[in-house]
Amino acid sequence: MKRIYVKEKWCLGCHLCEYECAYANSGIADMVKALKGKNICPRIKVEDGDGVHFAVNCRHCTDPICVKSCIAGALSREGDGMVSLDRDKCVGCYTCVMVCPYGAIMPAEDGKAAQKCMLCTDNQMNGEPNCVKHCPNGAIVFEDRG
Amino acid sequence: MKYVIIGNSTAATYAIEGIRSRDAKGKITVISDERHAAYGRPLISYYLYGRTDLAHIAYRSPEFYEKNGVEVLLGERAEKIDAENKKVLLASGKKVPYDRLLVATGSRPFVPPVEGLDSVKEFFNFMTLDDALALEKALSPEKDVLIVGAGLIGLKCMEGIADRVKSVTVIDLADRILPSILDEGGAAFVQRKLEERGIRFILGDSAAKFEENAAYTKSGKKIPFDLLVIAVGVRPNTELVKEAGGEVARGIVTDDGQRTSLKDVYAAGDNCESFDIASGTRRILALLPNAALQGECAGVNMAGGDAHFTNAVPMNAIGFFGSHIATAGVYEGECYEEAAHDHYKKLFFRDNVLKGYILIDCIERAGIYTSLVRNRTPLSDVDVGLLEKSPALMAFSEAARRDKLARRQ
Repeated sequence: MKRIYVKEKWCLGCHLCEYECAYANSGIADMVKALKGKNICPRIKVEDGDGVHFAVNCRHCTDPICVKSCIAGALSREGDGMVSLDRDKCVGCYTCVMVCPYGAIMPAEDGKAAQKCMLCTDNQMNGEPNCVKHCPNGAIVFEDRG
Repeated sequence: MKYVIIGNSTAATYAIEGIRSRDAKGKITVISDERHAAYGRPLISYYLYGRTDLAHIAYRSPEFYEKNGVEVLLGERAEKIDAENKKVLLASGKKVPYDRLLVATGSRPFVPPVEGLDSVKEFFNFMTLDDALALEKALSPEKDVLIVGAGLIGLKCMEGIADRVKSVTVIDLADRILPSILDEGGAAFVQRKLEERGIRFILGDSAAKFEENAAYTKSGKKIPFDLLVIAVGVRPNTELVKEAGGEVARGIVTDDGQRTSLKDVYAAGDNCESFDIASGTRRILALLPNAALQGECAGVNMAGGDAHFTNAVPMNAIGFFGSHIATAGVYEGECYEEAAHDHYKKLFFRDNVLKGYILIDCIERAGIYTSLVRNRTPLSDVDVGLLEKSPALMAFSEAARRDKLARRQ
């Protein structure tokens, strides 16, 4: 399946992907209305170090520990390999936050459920990952690497 | 091949999936004394809290059993394993033959023999969905509730009902709340927050005697109540295996492929022991992810595979009223500590690995810590100073980071 990969070498640390992610998942068509004056809660996170930057989001693991730890059966691995979160079933216990080795699942903004990257299949981007589309330096790619 | 599973919760569900990952055809029969399809057992408190409902509490989709070719015998109690003739005898008199058997019977509430308990009319356990539904019927805004037990089950019950009753008092013999997962400082932090919300705690004391609407503590206090919940602990359901001659210590003893000492009989979940790599001891780790991993391992092996479950560690994510706790491993060794008004954090280092942690209201990306505990990653391979501040992949070497992000490890 196609997944999102990051190229640490090319990441500028601009954090634009975090804003594009927050916008994609806001449910608001106007980007200014979606983001202006708000604390964003994106599903992708840029780590910044000494001259090193890279973005982290769900790796869609082949053997996902988050799915096996979910107390609600809200996380599942879809037929195509995408790790999917059913928000209606999630109770916000955050066991998945406790087990994800990438730190790629986080509490949702309202604190009542978890959230994770669903490759923009569950929002207004119709499956075209917005972080990839708007990365100014080609540091985030959407590829099938098997 | 005939697969039989006694029990129908997390371990059973993952065993079904484990079996089906290798054997699409063999007959699977599930025997459960509950009358519901598998549900997220820890969700019963979230149900009372209003975070989920009966339409969403199922652990799998409605077509799960049919799609996986599973015959489910609900409301049937397994009475005996006839290991010699490879049959499970049910209370209803039925006999269910097996080629491979999984005992995933979980645990049951321990009810201490306290004087006068039988005179309490509104008395509840908090283990099953039926327990939660019965308790829900008894809830009302005029009632005072006494919960005996300030552990994980007692306190999740407290959260579930706090806004639906007049008051909740929790009593525990231990000198702190959540003694199985929190140290003194962490317990005090959480207790303070719960007390601010009106929950009353009586610690280091126990209920010595009950009347219909009151408890008398060992120290002589009288605690009136309308509803009583007993959540002092659980006992593993090991009897079926023990009576059949299988090895049982504190829980059912298995190898790392979940095989019991009885031929073709496997066990998984809260009824059996794991080898806890953090403490280096065999113990019962009654937590859902452990049941899932054991169940899957058992299922794969029942279907002829060669799975091993070798990295069990205690880990718990629990929260109350929007405050969240994550803990893992053991609390031994050199300690890094942050004790602030708004969060509490302890990391424990020993023998060049992260042995365990306690995080309260700072759980973001806790899984990076958990992976260090589970993988026993040498601290010499990571930037410990960076990790102490916050869990980050940046703390790993560039090569390790690259492999992680490219899904190569």
